Amino acid sequence: MNKFIPIIISRPQSSNLMNVLVPVIAVILTLLTGSIIFSIMGFNPFFALHTFFISPISTSYGISELLVKATPLALIAIGLAFCFKNNIYNIGAEGQLTMGAIFGGGIGIYFYDTNAFWLLPLMILGGAIGGALWAMIPALLKTKFNTNEILTSLMLVYVALLILDYLVVGPWKDPLGYSFPKTRQFSESGRMPLLFAGLRVHFGLIITLVLIFFSWFIFSKTIFGFQLKVSGYSPTAARYAGFSQNILVYLAFGICGAFAGIAGLSEVSGPIGLLYRDISPNYGFTAIIVAFLGRLHPIGIIFASLIIALTYLGAEDAQLFMQIPAAVGFVFQGLILFYLLGADLLVNYKLEFNK
Amino acid sequence: MNNTFIKFNNITKKFPRVIANDDISFDIKKSSVHALLGENGAGKSTLVKVLYGLLASDHGTITFNDQELNISSPSEARNKGIGMVFQHFSLFESLTVRDNLILGIDKKISYSDLKNQLENISSKYNLPLDLDAPITSLSAGEKQRVEIVRILLQDPQLLIMDEPTSVLTPQEVENLFVTLNALVKEGRTILYITHKLEEVITLCNDVTIMRNGKVIDSCSTDNQTAKSLATKMLGEKLEDLKTDYSHIKNEISFSSKNISCSFNDPFFTDLKNISFDVNVGEIFGIAGVAGNGQSELMDILVGENTLIDSGELIFNNRNIEFLNPQKRRDLSMAFVPENRLGHSAVPELTLSENILLSQFPNNKFSKNGILNHNSIEDYAIKVIENFNVVTPGSDAKASSLSGGNLQKFVIGREISSKPKLLIISHPTWGIDAGAEHSIRESLIDLSKNGTSIIVLSQDLDELIEITHRIAVIFDGKLSKPINTNEVDIAKLGLLMGGKNE
Repeated sequence: MNKFIPIIISRPQSSNLMNVLVPVIAVILTLLTGSIIFSIMGFNPFFALHTFFISPISTSYGISELLVKATPLALIAIGLAFCFKNNIYNIGAEGQLTMGAIFGGGIGIYFYDTNAFWLLPLMILGGAIGGALWAMIPALLKTKFNTNEILTSLMLVYVALLILDYLVVGPWKDPLGYSFPKTRQFSESGRMPLLFAGLRVHFGLIITLVLIFFSWFIFSKTIFGFQLKVSGYSPTAARYAGFSQNILVYLAFGICGAFAGIAGLSEVSGPIGLLYRDISPNYGFTAIIVAFLGRLHPIGIIFASLIIALTYLGAEDAQLFMQIPAAVGFVFQGLILFYLLGADLLVNYKLEFNK
Repeated sequence: MNNTFIKFNNITKKFPRVIANDDISFDIKKSSVHALLGENGAGKSTLVKVLYGLLASDHGTITFNDQELNISSPSEARNKGIGMVFQHFSLFESLTVRDNLILGIDKKISYSDLKNQLENISSKYNLPLDLDAPITSLSAGEKQRVEIVRILLQDPQLLIMDEPTSVLTPQEVENLFVTLNALVKEGRTILYITHKLEEVITLCNDVTIMRNGKVIDSCSTDNQTAKSLATKMLGEKLEDLKTDYSHIKNEISFSSKNISCSFNDPFFTDLKNISFDVNVGEIFGIAGVAGNGQSELMDILVGENTLIDSGELIFNNRNIEFLNPQKRRDLSMAFVPENRLGHSAVPELTLSENILLSQFPNNKFSKNGILNHNSIEDYAIKVIENFNVVTPGSDAKASSLSGGNLQKFVIGREISSKPKLLIISHPTWGIDAGAEHSIRESLIDLSKNGTSIIVLSQDLDELIEITHRIAVIFDGKLSKPINTNEVDIAKLGLLMGGKNE
């Protein structure tokens, strides 16, 4: 019987080529599995995959929508990478995003009839500060009282959402809005400039790319990036090296919160243009998957954000043209994650069967 | 009358690099307390694991109650009447005493029976227990009581105790001895593993002394003194020592003044008034059996723990007790802790990246926080070449190196910066003979070039070979240092066993 149960043996050195190929293999396997699932459901797999993965991005409008969705995912995910590399499990990016939107958006509402070049930069700064301040709460609780940041950061998501709720039905309600739970529109200079006429893709994409480059530089070229890595792998070694764990906790949370806050602000000042209840379709939570799919690496996160954004768009199209639930999108997210983790395991370990 | 209860017949157990038990034969008498005495690594634990069914011996047999003992697991051992109390407790911290006792029972038993048995055991053997208390709220001594009661519920004929007093207060030790004596009076037998000489003499009837996997002697404790036991435990191994003192300057490089630190945790040893001086160019050794405060002292010397109760650390006339490790490196101190993987090196990172863990003032690894990868790479290659580290290259992961090679790399990294003081714990622990020799050589060379070195080690041979003076740490206290060329093994043995003269 034991003959058929393999032993898992760690490989002394994992192949660099395979490390790069893993995401590609995972995507191919996902497509194969997806076509089998579609066949069982009675669809022509080619038609189904085409509807799901090709037709959403076959127009310039489609590509623009893909980028609109991928922008906040990538920005939050790269921020989360600062935390996750350091083994800090910040689950509350959604709350930090919301606080960024409140701080930055609040500035936009205050200056609703002002048109000036400084308004948008000020709002972006406000968004970053709002998100960072919100992230400081779990950081402070962790360093001072050793509380579990998974719980505190998650609970603060709901606090932030309720604060937003209160503001849009209470003090910040649009006086001319017929009591709808929304605020005034931001002025034209408080909006993210569009990159192409007629498409929704906006300046937030440029900010995201710049911040991703900045993060890559931090991770690979600075002492700070090295400290994050060491304290993630081995806190004991970090203590031996003399790195201050507390400062690393504050910095990781602060950067992550600021990035999520900017993502929130760029959502409300980009496609939306005002504050209301549902500013984010759970970008802050989905970005956690993006961060791990992209293996906390800047380039990986860019690809992962595009893939996850595509599953959202594909699910909408599949609902429209194939009359199947949009939840199929989650099936594909799950499949990708499954194959990626599986392939990862086989890169680092080999299976050996008893002969 | 033949009252032999257990007989070890030529037990041999080999591990890949060491013979842990080499032809072990001795007898244990019925209803006696039999001590198994030896240094760390003498082979005591291996022998006991064979007896308890955790390890299979390569050769030899054990006779238990006139029958050959043939077991392959601890549960079979328990069925035969062998129980063991481990040094580290295996209790569920969040459950109550009662829950833990019920969980530990192999056979089915009604609740009222269990209660009766418990009351019986508690009163008979001086083992009071509060059944409803959660384990977390108990002291180490109380936890040990739970462990003992759990074993006694199985009515064992032989009770193995592994260093039971290491986590106890003196009062708790006395209570334990009362319990053990009551057990023996009833006809049970106790195999008592220890390195404390005093306990052997006061508690035990017989003693078997092991050294380097061999039985040195097995005899009654009646005619033994702490001194005679110490000599047997450590051997008389002094040959002509050629310790060279000529290069040591009469100038203090580092001194520890009355360092005290309490931890409020039974698995940590409180440090009490640790004082010593190290001269420029001197190698100062700290000997002792594991678990007497070495790792706690090391953390304080390195700066990983700066929360001391009182005392001062002075290096080059500067107080450094509150500086973190990096600030101490800036003053030209270098450190090699005992544990390589995950402490002095990160296994997941490459050798080049591991270089960055300790930066010295004369390294140019970074400027304004931005790394200079070329200079890190050059340094890594220099260490690999100068210290004969066998590796495919500086981009190999630390985890791919053998223990000896990684240790050479770590020591190379620390001493390539020519530190004024090196603090090193167990320099040659777990590595092959070739690497061991080259590491000792490089430490001696370093001291000749003016570096002061503090070595913490359990390996007496090593300390005698390389140090100039040796002090012994026991239960968080440091003895007066002895010049290595005048060292008396028996005296060291007494100090390591906690006897002052």
